[in-house]
Amino acid sequence: MQRLLVLGGGTAGTMVVNKLRRKLSRSQWTITVVDRDDHHLYQPGFLFIPFGVYDESDVIRSRHRFITDGVELVLGEIDRVDADASEVLLTDGRRLGYDYLVIATGTTPRPDQTPGMLGPEWRKSIFDFYSLDGAQALARALAGFDNGRLVVHIVDMPIKCPVAPLEFTFLTDARLRQRGIRDRVDITYVTPLPGAFTKPVCSSKLGWMLDERKIALEPDFMVERIDPEAKKLISYDEREIGFDLLVTVPLNMGADYIARSGLGDELNYVPVDKHTLLSTARDNIFAIGDASNIPTSKAGSVAHFAVDVFTGNFLQHAAGRPMTGSFDGHTNCFIESGDGKGLLIDFNYDTEPLSGTYPVPGVGPFGLLRESTVNHWGKLGFRWMYWHLLLPGRPIPLPAQMSMAGKHQPVSAGGKS
Amino acid sequence: MTVTTIGSAQVHVDAEGFLTEYDEWNEDLAGQLAAQIGITLTDAHWKAIRFLREDYQAMGETATLRRVSTQAGMPIKELFQLFPGKPAKKMAYIAGLPKPVGCV
Repeated sequence: MQRLLVLGGGTAGTMVVNKLRRKLSRSQWTITVVDRDDHHLYQPGFLFIPFGVYDESDVIRSRHRFITDGVELVLGEIDRVDADASEVLLTDGRRLGYDYLVIATGTTPRPDQTPGMLGPEWRKSIFDFYSLDGAQALARALAGFDNGRLVVHIVDMPIKCPVAPLEFTFLTDARLRQRGIRDRVDITYVTPLPGAFTKPVCSSKLGWMLDERKIALEPDFMVERIDPEAKKLISYDEREIGFDLLVTVPLNMGADYIARSGLGDELNYVPVDKHTLLSTARDNIFAIGDASNIPTSKAGSVAHFAVDVFTGNFLQHAAGRPMTGSFDGHTNCFIESGDGKGLLIDFNYDTEPLSGTYPVPGVGPFGLLRESTVNHWGKLGFRWMYWHLLLPGRPIPLPAQMSMAGKHQPVSAGGKS
Repeated sequence: MTVTTIGSAQVHVDAEGFLTEYDEWNEDLAGQLAAQIGITLTDAHWKAIRFLREDYQAMGETATLRRVSTQAGMPIKELFQLFPGKPAKKMAYIAGLPKPVGCV
């Protein structure tokens, strides 16, 4: 009997076990997935919680419900992976042996990594929205905020869902306008990147959207610490930005057990081959979803496209054959821009987000890198797709590989990442 | 990609002047690249530059500021003092490596 062990029952881990259970013979393979609790969180929904669009009941389901029969769900805290012994140790002393291991424990915001963030102002004037309780606390704070300096801030890249802080900013601007108090609030967007986003075409479009909404941009800002008494962000090059309400995206890191197991890089991400997702250190360990170090967005869409390629590769690898699938870093994200509109971006390792239509060239229905109502409804409709198609591993009629069809090439076509 | 002359050397560079060929770099060239952006290289600068060169060879990517800090044991604050303004970009420029991928 061969044993496949998957660490993490989130977006990537759930898709992996559901897809592989259909492909791997039950008489020859056991599949086990480990997670610390039975709450599957729909993380893209956190963005809407501060604005009262979604509440807790929209974003939590039982993990069990989404894990197919024939897969064992083990609840427990991971202590470490003993790769030499091909065993995973849980903190309660249980040991789980494996023939193949898939690491899918994602990435987590770490407010403890920036001095002053978790001080007396945490959840008073300093908030995050990448955790459920953070998003809920921010909903209460935003409802009561009617004048002053609102700062949206990113500590460092990479972060999960890298467009979410921009979306949050656009939605806040729209909400303040609806409340008739936009002129009483200064909004500043503070980023370690040289512009609103990184890839040039997208960055200039999104930068222009900030400008249009009179949102100040503070680029190249690497925060060293937060002074909670003075309510200031202080950068390594000694710039200071004062705030009355700070919405920060803390440093994102992979799970600590990955560091304890000697399997991670400086941010606890597992180094893998970016096309096969096989660990560069071990021939029987893969990392998929946000947990790996692949140079593309940390996002559920990436995990989805990657799992499509991974499934075939895994079967080949386990059979001792060369892996023929090659993941291209395909990502697509809806970007909420406020007032019931949104944008869509679609890109991969080599091609930056461009304008055009998706998925059908010239038709859409979704417009790339352009605001439309359809894109907004696409984003809201995605929650249904997530629970009903994506997690169960049902086919979604979108190819895993990115396509150039329907995209407008910039004059100096570059965007090589 | 174009060919440019730095000192007496002919090297391939991208639109922003970053070297595109790992093997065209040498320590003399580093001094000249540093001078072009107003930096005189000291031992501390070299510690960072040498780490970047070795790490790129091992990892195939230019190290981020945080990686230089944790792996080479140099505080980020010091890197900002050594390479003022945009340390990650300046270090990569002097080390003859691609600009670090910030995006994603």
